[in-house]
Amino acid sequence: MLLEARDLNVYYGAIHALQGVSFDVDEGEIVTLIGANGAGKSTILKTVSGLLHPRSGQVLLRGESLVNVPAQDIVRKGIIHVPEGRKIFAPLTVAENLEMGAFTRSDPAEIQATMERVFKSFPRLKERLTQLGGTLSGGEQQMLAIGRGMMAQPKLLLLDEPSMGLAPILVEEIFSIIQEINSQGVSVLLVEQNALMALSIAHRGYVLETGRIVLSGAGQELINNPQVIQAYLGGH
Amino acid sequence: MPTVNRPGARLAWIGQAFLLGLALLVLVILGRALAANPILFLQQVLNGLQLGFVYALIALGYTMVYGIVKLINFAHGDVFMVGAFVSYFAVARFRLSEWPAAAFPGMPGWLVLLLGSLTVILLSMTICAILAVTIERVAYKPLRDAPRIAALITAIGVSFFLEYFGALGFVFSPRFIPYERMFNVTTWTVGAGGIHRLVSGQAVPDNAITISNIFVIILLASILMQTLLQFLVRRTKIGKAMRASSFDKPTARLMGINVDGVISFTFAVGAAFAGLAGVLFAIAYPSITSQMGILPGLKAFIAAVLGGIGSIPGALVGALIMGQAEALTAGYISTPMRDAVAFTILIVVFLVRPRGIFGEPEGEKA
Ligand SMILES: Nc1ncnc2c1ncn2[C@@H]1O[C@H](COP(=O)(O)OP(=O)(O)OP(=O)(O)O)[C@@H](O)[C@H]1O
Ligand SMILES: [Mg+2]
Repeated sequence: MLLEARDLNVYYGAIHALQGVSFDVDEGEIVTLIGANGAGKSTILKTVSGLLHPRSGQVLLRGESLVNVPAQDIVRKGIIHVPEGRKIFAPLTVAENLEMGAFTRSDPAEIQATMERVFKSFPRLKERLTQLGGTLSGGEQQMLAIGRGMMAQPKLLLLDEPSMGLAPILVEEIFSIIQEINSQGVSVLLVEQNALMALSIAHRGYVLETGRIVLSGAGQELINNPQVIQAYLGGH
Repeated sequence: MPTVNRPGARLAWIGQAFLLGLALLVLVILGRALAANPILFLQQVLNGLQLGFVYALIALGYTMVYGIVKLINFAHGDVFMVGAFVSYFAVARFRLSEWPAAAFPGMPGWLVLLLGSLTVILLSMTICAILAVTIERVAYKPLRDAPRIAALITAIGVSFFLEYFGALGFVFSPRFIPYERMFNVTTWTVGAGGIHRLVSGQAVPDNAITISNIFVIILLASILMQTLLQFLVRRTKIGKAMRASSFDKPTARLMGINVDGVISFTFAVGAAFAGLAGVLFAIAYPSITSQMGILPGLKAFIAAVLGGIGSIPGALVGALIMGQAEALTAGYISTPMRDAVAFTILIVVFLVRPRGIFGEPEGEKA
């Protein structure tokens, strides 16, 4: 197993945000977490990437505990978190944002090669290398956020709502790029509001309700689950 | 302007008219001074440049630290003082500046002087950097998530600690002590009669200005450091990490950046500049005390605010203005007035343009 989360309990002060959450991601999988606003999806990703520390429970990467490892060291283990809301470094140029994505790497030739791959997925970024990150459009910022994540050569990519605020055509594009990244051997843990899209590309999914996992199964299985249809797929 | 919506906005024109009048008055006084004696005026401007470039070195530390942790590090002026004292002990007690002559007896004099002085300066910069990193770790880091005012008050506490600990007899000195320079200050007169070396005791001719080697050194050192810093911040990986961290710390950590390390590095660089400024200041004005950092520190802080705190070019521009304001006040009004003028500038900046010359508008900063 690549990533295992066991019985996570995470608090914000007195708020018990994750209540005994367990899930796993296998090598090469796309796993999606769906749930309503405030269910705790972002909290899960932040706990895996080390921005938050669980009060109890375990996060294991290939059996090695990640609890209490600082976020910057988790990056070096190959887990890359593309946070909700893009979080582009506004005063840095597009090129500098991408360089920051490769902060833990040192071989300039290899970094350049990865950058070329990013440009293949997002040609728009190449045209805007010297533009400040903060002046990109929302969609371009999302491309930059994913591209910046790719720059670290992740083994496991944590994506928090990559389709938020994007035009439908761009949503399709982003999802096909996620599948492409996955086909190169990168495992993906995907948090999405767009449950239908997420479940249709995911191998497996988990449904989260107020800090607890209430359902899990293969992507197709969940798409056809009456409960999921009712709550997350608009009862289609 | 947002002032329009503030209560009392109708009265704001009185303040603005007053400031405008004040500015006109200053211009008239300066214009008459220039017309009356251009040589004297030029000399005052040069004196102001020397001060301004020293303030610029100190102001960089304020502005860099503010940029990354949003803290006005009031202990920064005292780090400047420590820089001066480290060089004093190195030269007067340990004769460190003479080591090249002892190690390589045949070495030419100028090289001994150069290497020896650089060693002393580097030692001061290093010790200041270590001191600032220690202060940050011990006093500021535990308060990073506390309200900002807590760290600010702590910074004032650290400042007092350094001033009064330094005043203890076995540490530095509570009184002014004569500073022993590692090289002699040479002065030249420049005028219609050409360039002449000024022999001590000799009067300066009326139609000439004076320029000293320490003036040139301060100018070059300050410009060199500004350039190096620009290069560091714009071009190097750690510099980009500094900018990323000052914008958004959690996201910087998601890139693998050790934000605590970046913060320490920022404190170290700022303090090294202050240490350099301390040595140069002591050479130029050779009398030192444990409280010598207070006023230059405050003026450099005002320079940083004036230039726009967080902005590196702003620190230079602000510092040059402060240097001119101080030298011209001392030259044409009175010496004690120069400090009053410095603080008046601070008040005027806060009234007219709180974000300073190059500052970003409030709210755009993360
Ligand atoms: N910094 C915080 N302090 C206090 N409570 C928080 C904090 N961050 C999140 N929470 C709370 O924790 C719960 C889970 O939040 P989380 O951000 O994980 O939700 P989410 O599933 O990502 O929601 P969304 O779909 O809206 O992004 C929410 O009730 C939220 O209010
Ligand atoms: Mg969220």
